[in-house]
Amino acid sequence: MSRSRLGEARGNAQGRSGGTGPPGGEPSPLRHNTALLRTSGLVKTYRTDGVTVQAVRGVDIELAVGEFVAIMGPSGSGKSTLLHVAAGLEPATGGEIWLRGERVDGLSTASWAVLRRRHIGFVFQFFNLLSNMTVADNVELPALLAGATARQARKRREELLAELGLAEKANAAPARLSGGEQQRVALARALANEPSLLLADEPTGNLDSSNTRDVLRLLGRAHQAGQAILLVTHDARVASMADRVINLFDGMVADDAKVVPLPRGMNGVRDVLELRG
Amino acid sequence: MRQPLLALLAKEPAHGYELKLALEQTFGQAYPSPNIGQVYVTLKRLEQDGLVCSQDVAQTTRPNKRVYELTPAGRKALNEWVEEPSDGPRIRDEFFVKLILAPMAGLADRMALMNKQRRHYLGLMRRLTELQADTDPADTPARLLIEGAVLHLQADLDWLERCLEEFV
Repeated sequence: MSRSRLGEARGNAQGRSGGTGPPGGEPSPLRHNTALLRTSGLVKTYRTDGVTVQAVRGVDIELAVGEFVAIMGPSGSGKSTLLHVAAGLEPATGGEIWLRGERVDGLSTASWAVLRRRHIGFVFQFFNLLSNMTVADNVELPALLAGATARQARKRREELLAELGLAEKANAAPARLSGGEQQRVALARALANEPSLLLADEPTGNLDSSNTRDVLRLLGRAHQAGQAILLVTHDARVASMADRVINLFDGMVADDAKVVPLPRGMNGVRDVLELRG
Repeated sequence: MRQPLLALLAKEPAHGYELKLALEQTFGQAYPSPNIGQVYVTLKRLEQDGLVCSQDVAQTTRPNKRVYELTPAGRKALNEWVEEPSDGPRIRDEFFVKLILAPMAGLADRMALMNKQRRHYLGLMRRLTELQADTDPADTPARLLIEGAVLHLQADLDWLERCLEEFV
């Protein structure tokens, strides 16, 4: 929260439920079952030095099974906070989170960890690989933690690394890899347990353009294979691949719309000159 | 079209059809394929302006061909073109004018305008990404042209976010 204007606007310490979510009414149970992820009136408040800052102010979002949704918005708009709260990495201050038809916002830290292991893959901007383990161990770990046998974990790891073009790096330390390679390993790790939901926080934020293209291709392929993806990004190339883009502003949803590609039927690259003209 | 033809003629004299082929080969998919009539008309104008000269070369089995060559004045004009910096792309001022004026006139609110514009940019970006995937990676000029368009579009979106921060 670098923007002081936000602090001022919300500085007056209100109660815990300062959100603008629907007043009290329980949404219909049908919707709980259809959405893979749903938040309702989600609020996240930080208190530092007696100042209260609402990073997320009553956000309702929904993600269907197999859907790819990108969250955009200016820095400080609450995008990353929303993602972290939705993943249970930080507790919500108010509102509800439903995952696979179950309400999860009240879970304990330990229960969240179990839930994430089985159903949520998370990719960070700065990869967050375990530096004292090999690439192979990094990718196998989540499966082992989730109770897979060593043989199963190894098989899955081999498949994933081969698919991401990293088979020959299996025994390397993460630090020996380029940024793009590390992010592909992080993606492999996130996909290791075949999660229902892949969450990613600026997955290309630290990559150059050719590595970005690689990660994009992998995300596209995962999505085509039915992987549900919710990611935060500044990169319009990433966002434009999504089915839907949600734009956050000041901790609230400012826009939520399908990405509608321009009609094809142009003559190809030559039209780019006119496209941009 | 004038300067590219002069530039190709600076390398060696050529006739109209050779120039059309050379343009296509150099730019790959990245350049609007010139129509041969347009090439001939441009060459004729360049000759009238004294920038190229031409002569008929007899061919045994086919009609004579007209071979064009750069004149000293043509070389000077070409050098000036190469030396002078080219204008950068302009800001999309039409949208900016809308953004400023439409709310003043009570025609639309800024948030709605910006949301609509962002959706449009994202649609454009999707089209560019598809085009990128369909483009032969060996066609470097085409690849770079698309990448340029992508970077400009990203800048337009970043700028839109800045407008959002300031205006809303």
